[in-house]
Amino acid sequence: MESLRIPILKIGDILIASIQVALHDASAVQFKDDLLQKIHDTRARGVIIDLTALDVVDSFIGRLIADIAAMAGLMGTRVVLTGLQPAVAITLVELGLELPRVLTALNLEKGLTMMQRLTEESDDGSV
Amino acid sequence: MVQSKAAVIRSDLDIVIARTMARDVAKTLGFGAIDQARIATAVSELARNIFLYAGTGNVTVREVEKNNRKGIEIVCEDQGPGIANIDLVMQDGYSTSRGMGMGLPGAKRLMDDFSIRSQENVGTTITCRKWRN
Repeated sequence: MESLRIPILKIGDILIASIQVALHDASAVQFKDDLLQKIHDTRARGVIIDLTALDVVDSFIGRLIADIAAMAGLMGTRVVLTGLQPAVAITLVELGLELPRVLTALNLEKGLTMMQRLTEESDDGSV
Repeated sequence: MVQSKAAVIRSDLDIVIARTMARDVAKTLGFGAIDQARIATAVSELARNIFLYAGTGNVTVREVEKNNRKGIEIVCEDQGPGIANIDLVMQDGYSTSRGMGMGLPGAKRLMDDFSIRSQENVGTTITCRKWRN
């Protein structure tokens, strides 16, 4: 079976990816590669990954998201994770995956506001 | 009625199938949304271990009852290389593969009962349970 591609949308200089289906390992790795390439191609300054539709985030996906944030950071792009369900937040912490270095927001709207602030700050040269 | 369902693990796709199956059974048994997520996540970790270390194996999910308490039991079996040092693999952060070393201890934290039986070059059976409140 071919791996599922997660659509990555571009709005201004921000990329938005909303993960709508349970990712198996290969499609998750494909998503990481696609997203990093798209950051490079579009020179996006921020990426929002929306997980509202996911009811399970296991250690593999959790680690992959932390990796994506670190890798995008190396390229100069900020990542904000949005929409984690309560059950997902609980299981991630109980698993031992607190994602301390990943920025998060309650929902996509708050994530966009946060991203705007972050990119404006970097315009000032303060970040 | 005792519910029992099984899934064969052969690929990373089967990990998603096994955890969806476990979630469905947990839901049928009356577990709440957060426990359903704990159970599904634990199965995801255990099924991934089967896939990574043994290649193939089975996940069976069934209803259990003890002292008038109902619960769910998950049995993960493989005929893989086995675990030489169980204490070591239950430590947070220990990993021999590309994992993060939180699969087994993480799954244990998400469940109520957790036991491992393993013999080198014979296989591993992990049995875990979660009880309904």
